[in-house]
Amino acid sequence: MTARALTPPALTLTLDTLGAWVLALVWIAPLAFAAWAAVHSPTDAVGFRLAAPLTLSNFATAWEGTPWLRYFLNSFALVSTVLAGQFLLCTLAGFAFARFAFPGRELVFYAVLLQLFILPEVLIVDNYAIASALGLFDTILGIGLPYMASAFGIFLMRQAFRQVPAELEEAARIEGCGWAGVLWRVYIPAAKPTYLAYALVSVATHWNNFLWPLVITNSAETRPLTVGLSLFAAPESGVNIAVISAATLMTVAPLVLAFVIFQRQFIQAFLRAGIR
Amino acid sequence: MTQTPEHDRSHDRRRMALYGWMLASPALILLTVFAFLPAGHALWQSLFTRATSRRPARFAGLDNYTYLFDDPTFWKVVHNNLVYAAVTIPASIAIALVMALWANQALRGRAFLRTAFFVPTMLPMIAAANLWLFFYTPDIGLIDRITGLFGAAPVNWLGQPDTALWAVIAVSVWKEAGFFMVFYLAALQTIPPDLREAATIEGASRATYLRRVLLPLLMPTTLFILVNALINSVKLIDHLFILTKGGPDNASKLLLYWIWETAFSYFDRPAAAALTCLVLLVLGLLAVAQFRGLDRRIHYR
Repeated sequence: MTARALTPPALTLTLDTLGAWVLALVWIAPLAFAAWAAVHSPTDAVGFRLAAPLTLSNFATAWEGTPWLRYFLNSFALVSTVLAGQFLLCTLAGFAFARFAFPGRELVFYAVLLQLFILPEVLIVDNYAIASALGLFDTILGIGLPYMASAFGIFLMRQAFRQVPAELEEAARIEGCGWAGVLWRVYIPAAKPTYLAYALVSVATHWNNFLWPLVITNSAETRPLTVGLSLFAAPESGVNIAVISAATLMTVAPLVLAFVIFQRQFIQAFLRAGIR
Repeated sequence: MTQTPEHDRSHDRRRMALYGWMLASPALILLTVFAFLPAGHALWQSLFTRATSRRPARFAGLDNYTYLFDDPTFWKVVHNNLVYAAVTIPASIAIALVMALWANQALRGRAFLRTAFFVPTMLPMIAAANLWLFFYTPDIGLIDRITGLFGAAPVNWLGQPDTALWAVIAVSVWKEAGFFMVFYLAALQTIPPDLREAATIEGASRATYLRRVLLPLLMPTTLFILVNALINSVKLIDHLFILTKGGPDNASKLLLYWIWETAFSYFDRPAAAALTCLVLLVLGLLAVAQFRGLDRRIHYR
């Protein structure tokens, strides 16, 4: 054991650096290879000719192959709808659980928490029946609605509201605020970091969500990017590697760029949202 | 204030209760419609036969479950999902820990390392599957090109029963490890550096320090990650749609994918409902176990 402790620090540091870099390169390799393939002609990409000339034609081919702009707008509308609904519902419910003593609160809260495990993904078949019965089949609202009363969001807002000092609320009351005023002037501003964190996690989740949108959509008018991409790149569609790479990069670009720019905020957000 | 008449206070309490219910009800209604109602719907459906154009559904008791248990595909898929969980969970957690230990040190290019580890988390699983498809393609895929350099024969990673599930597992581990790393990284940053120095002075090796000091301190984080990883081992199936479609010969089929296939390709709703109920039962047991741990935090005030 002492032998290991006596390893020269410089050597361990070099080994650590080497190991970390090898792992990082392996981890980034799929994306790096796609980026490389996307800017080479299909034959060069398949033939893995590293010195082949660059081209942007794959992006043009991919762009023309499918109504991407429509899909982008659909995804954008979807994440905005979901987020707006989640903010509204989770704020109200979180406020109720944090500040109002009502009979059955504990029990209801447990029921809410149970939804953390009753995953919407597992219930696709039955939610499909329910959403269809409500006339929500193939609508953006239909994709978003099952996620709006998020147990996770309610829990998160409840925790955030509970940490607001009672003095702040009392001060607002002395100035004549009612419950609505207290929520709007005191609790919501105090929970801003939680809202930001929740927003980032929610947008990332729903931009990337696939299974439920696949089930509940049936037309280009509502289909989000992930479903569009899966149809475009399905192996039986016979589209080649270079064009699929270009399409894949286009769809992941908004989120990955946002992540690279706001890396710190994203990681903080995942952490804040993760500590339940 | 102390002179408030009794009936005033009870009036206040009733108003608070009313407001509380009113504020919570929009969320509770939606939760009921899209979580509890469908769960009940699944249970109900699973007790009936499949309706055809000639014969309406009739009550079948537990027949749908019996059919499932008699179906070798069911056991195959359950087995696959158990292997998937048993490999993906420890592998992604272990890699996440190693990543976090490295990302927490002052290594050269630390910003790049962190980004590289984390970026897969930001990709949709469908896009990730596209990227990996090129790796797995026989002959021209990157993996075969690399192994080919050493004279290995090309392998149809996704097309043969022996390797398909493992190919799917690799993508999941790749996708999850960076996400879990973030939680370890945050936990590591709360551990005072003095501990490390004290351990070094005591003559503890790195392995001892890791085993005796770090791992116990990281235990709450590990438990949190474990719950997430367990849920993901049910949920994370999008890549099957691109990579294998559960094949060949069900070799890589996982439960949730099978539910989708049963309901939307074979249109066998009762069988899908029975499957849904079984998965919910497992998740429910997990929830009960987790709530025992959560209990403390719910009552902390």
